[in-house]
Amino acid sequence: MAGAPIVSLRSVEKAFGAVRAIAGVDLEIAAGECIGLVGHNGAGKSTLMHILAGTSAPSRGQVLAAGELQQDFSAGRAMRLGIRCVFQELSLCPNLTVAENTRIYHSALRGFGWRRRAANLIAGKLDEIFPGHDIGSSDLVQDLSIGRRQMAEVARAFTVTDVPARLVILDEPTSSLDAHTSRQLLAHIRRATAAGMSFVFISHLLHEILDYSDRIVVMRDGKIIAGGRAEVFDRDKLVEAMGGAHGAAGAARIATASAAPVLVRARPAGGKPGAELIAREGEVIGLAGLAGHGQTQLLRRIFAAAGRRTSDIDVQAAAAMVAGDRQNDGVFPMMSIAENIGVGSLAQLRRGLLLSPDRERALAASWRDRIAIRTQDMANNILTLSGGNQQKALFARALASPARIILLDDPTRGVDVATREQVYELIGREAATGRTFLWYTTETDELMHCDRVYVFRNGAIVADLAREDITEEKVIHSSFQEAG
Amino acid sequence: MGRFLSVRLLRDLLPALSLVLVLAAIAWLNPRAISYLGFTLMLNLAVPIVLATVAQMFVITGNDLDLSIGPFVSFVACVGATWLVENPLVGILVLAVSIGIYALLGWLIQWRGLPSIVVTLGMSFVWQGLAVLVLPKPGGSAPDWLLSLMNVKSPVLPFPVVASLVIAIVAWFIVMRTSYGAVLRGTGGNAAAIARAGWPLPVLKAGLFAAAGLFGVLSGLALLGVTTSADANVGNGYTLLSIAGAILGGGEFVGGIVSPVGAVIGALTLTLAASPLLTFLDIPPDWQVGANGIILIVVLAARTRIGRQAART
Amino acid sequence: MKALAARLSRPWAWSFLGAVLVFVLAVSFTGGAGAGGMITTALALAVFTIVVGLGQMIVITLGPGNVDLSLPANIGLASAVSMTVMNGSDSLVGIGLLAALGCGLAIGVANYLLIRALGIPPIVATLSSSFVVQSIDIAYGRGLQIKPPDGFADFVSLQIGGIPVCAILAMLLSAGFGIALRRTIYGRSLMAVGQNPRAAQFAGLALERTRLITYGLCGMLGGLDGALLAGYFRGANVDLGNEYLLSSIAVVVIGGTSVAGGKPSVPGIWGASLFLILLLTMLNTFGVSAGVRLVATGLVIVAVIAIAGNRGLVNPSPK
Repeated sequence: MAGAPIVSLRSVEKAFGAVRAIAGVDLEIAAGECIGLVGHNGAGKSTLMHILAGTSAPSRGQVLAAGELQQDFSAGRAMRLGIRCVFQELSLCPNLTVAENTRIYHSALRGFGWRRRAANLIAGKLDEIFPGHDIGSSDLVQDLSIGRRQMAEVARAFTVTDVPARLVILDEPTSSLDAHTSRQLLAHIRRATAAGMSFVFISHLLHEILDYSDRIVVMRDGKIIAGGRAEVFDRDKLVEAMGGAHGAAGAARIATASAAPVLVRARPAGGKPGAELIAREGEVIGLAGLAGHGQTQLLRRIFAAAGRRTSDIDVQAAAAMVAGDRQNDGVFPMMSIAENIGVGSLAQLRRGLLLSPDRERALAASWRDRIAIRTQDMANNILTLSGGNQQKALFARALASPARIILLDDPTRGVDVATREQVYELIGREAATGRTFLWYTTETDELMHCDRVYVFRNGAIVADLAREDITEEKVIHSSFQEAG
Repeated sequence: MGRFLSVRLLRDLLPALSLVLVLAAIAWLNPRAISYLGFTLMLNLAVPIVLATVAQMFVITGNDLDLSIGPFVSFVACVGATWLVENPLVGILVLAVSIGIYALLGWLIQWRGLPSIVVTLGMSFVWQGLAVLVLPKPGGSAPDWLLSLMNVKSPVLPFPVVASLVIAIVAWFIVMRTSYGAVLRGTGGNAAAIARAGWPLPVLKAGLFAAAGLFGVLSGLALLGVTTSADANVGNGYTLLSIAGAILGGGEFVGGIVSPVGAVIGALTLTLAASPLLTFLDIPPDWQVGANGIILIVVLAARTRIGRQAART
Repeated sequence: MKALAARLSRPWAWSFLGAVLVFVLAVSFTGGAGAGGMITTALALAVFTIVVGLGQMIVITLGPGNVDLSLPANIGLASAVSMTVMNGSDSLVGIGLLAALGCGLAIGVANYLLIRALGIPPIVATLSSSFVVQSIDIAYGRGLQIKPPDGFADFVSLQIGGIPVCAILAMLLSAGFGIALRRTIYGRSLMAVGQNPRAAQFAGLALERTRLITYGLCGMLGGLDGALLAGYFRGANVDLGNEYLLSSIAVVVIGGTSVAGGKPSVPGIWGASLFLILLLTMLNTFGVSAGVRLVATGLVIVAVIAIAGNRGLVNPSPK
């Protein structure tokens, strides 16, 4: 285990605008070690990975590789130093075959017979890591299931033409694999580590981390708050390190009478019968669990079903959605703040045949006060607002509409604390008037403002916590819980 | 996996199926057309259309569209009918520079993130204007070597068929078999992944457009060889025809999904359906163009239907 | 100065500036002679580009990948239909115009159905329908030049104080469009769909209805243009609309409408149409040949878009 570390990070920080994703990290990765990286949502794991792989530059701090300080550490440089990375969003070209995708990765695979060489290279690696697999080198990626795509991309990361692979970073590499193939991959990682390769390995499956890492690093709020040899940790210690105690200082929720009418009844696709979400009028229902485990999908299906009834979903009133991904799902970038707010209530703004600018202005002004949007002029373009204020405008849009059910898809992501407090207050007030909220959040302390929390894991509801039972500890436990 | 194979197969065979259908209809209506002479006559204009369609296919590979290929073909035909005959070296130089301009456009489009539909729209005016400047009135003549080439009496199969086969094989080889072809197709499938792997996107885009320019030049020359003289509008219809042929042949506007062989088949189908089939059906020439539209609609609707069927299973 | 700067920051300002510049160049070349006539003719001709430009503008505003390639065929067929219905009689002008609008509407709806029901991308859908419509037109018109009724033809060429009446009507039409885009639910929905279709869906807007109305409206404008062109050039003709495909797209782009969708600019259509026509006029005044004219127009279009940047029209940005 001796020798210069492959990569070192010293006092690395990374900020995206006002948000500090990494708040000071020191990390050294030596040859022949497998580091397991764990943390709850927003801990900074992904950002750290991007910095290690050269696809993102740190705002502060130093990156050293092969003992030398790296100026302008880029993805190309990282590749040449033998650092490979398999991100969660796969980097395969769907219109090409597995072999052709391997060629893309290696510029050396060209000239006469390149296709056979690429095919042999990837087939050999697939056989080595996943013996018994059924992936053909001439299969088109778009024809492969997501599990097979992941296998192909992982195997590709290990293929070698001119530069040996020294460090392989894997972000949730087993997320789409079944138990058998996961074990094959993990066993390969162990063998490769013994042969001198290093790994940084992110997973939400704690047993994988515990069984296959040499060293474990726990992140929270952009910092490494715990680390050490894997033998030192067990499940409970990890969960405790990730969660920690938080004084829930939220406003006390007055429990609504359980006699209120049920407005939403929804079962996640493929979920077991009985594990369904029920929301009554005036309730604030939380959806929790690790990001990407089915919460957004269920919210979208509820939105689509609003006013109708399908086999799994029963929604009794109109619904409005506040998207968490402002850019892609929420903001109209060429409209003003007032227009962005009013677009959810166009029928109400109409006077006669035309929309009334007076009504629109009045609506915008009233919401600007109620939700405290910081701006000189509501007629300014919405992008002049800070991220937090843009999010507030999206809230205003949903709340101004006549919808009785408000769906919140992780809406406070990247929003500052002061804005969040205002949002929580607003939700409480609106709920008291009879509006129902379905609130998916990746911040566990926000769940304190809910009447009831449903925890998701792998697309199904695995826990149902009533008001009294909502603690961060319990939520994290359920998020990481595995059967058996 | 077997399931995918059958759906994919059905989808890939659609262009060939349409061609067979058209051929069968022609054979039934006028058996004498299915002969060496018959095909030579029916496919008279096939070679230039096939070349223009392949040119468009290269552009579509990178998720773009070339609205200027028609006027470009006209321009090339005009240059061929004048300079190439009077002053071959100048003619060759002009054509080479034209391909260079195409490459430059591709680079510009990638570098500035421009919509190709608008850039090529502007260039269509430019090429049209240049064609008019080179050959204000219809006329000119084709170089002898070009005439001999286009009038080759190939054994067994008529020349247009042989030429189309050769073009199909060459295009297929470049796009589907070479290692660089894979990278080029990758830019259409996931440009970000290509960039992350270290490839220079503007150079790749320039390459695709240069290929289009090259095949455009070949198309213009072939057209000149067939019509023996030129005018500034002779190739203008090729813009829409080439798009139709490339899409008919299995190409898609986004995703880097193209089929060189399919594009050739598509072009042949449109050539046959355009005039010969309808003449034999006693359908007035008025409906030639409309038939192309209907073929496009039917094939694309069938393709979507198959795609939806596959998604449901 | 600040007011001037503010006005110049509007996307359409540059097109008007360009139009003025080109006009000045043309007039300075002739030494002032014929300036009034130049403006009158420019306005008269601009009307035809503006009418289809408005239609193409709203289709492009729907978002990347949306464009109507069937406009030329539409114009051709509508010219034949309207002239046939009018049958040389002034009393039938109203019905003839309705027929043209109806014909255009049918084409627009057909385009939408091809896109929606058959799942064909808009470029190919409108391309295919243009082939079919062209054939219908050829068969229907039989290549005959159907003449417009005298009253109608005179009206289309009518001028009051040097300003063509049709230009005034076109201004009213544009004003109506401007109001509709800014102050109706349809207009607001159109801009929302173009800027962010997912967000539009989550805001509860009717996406498909907006798309249907847009393609239908564009078709109707094409139909109207067909009738007007037949009146102005005194005869229906299958090729009447050929040059309007490229110019309809060009005026949308040069006029500052966002090529990525969601931000139409009605004044820009006017500025760009006048600019293009005056550019042609200027080149004619200079005595340049047809070839130079075409090259110059093309280079201007390329230059404008190269400076403006911004991907869009064919493929949606990758998600």
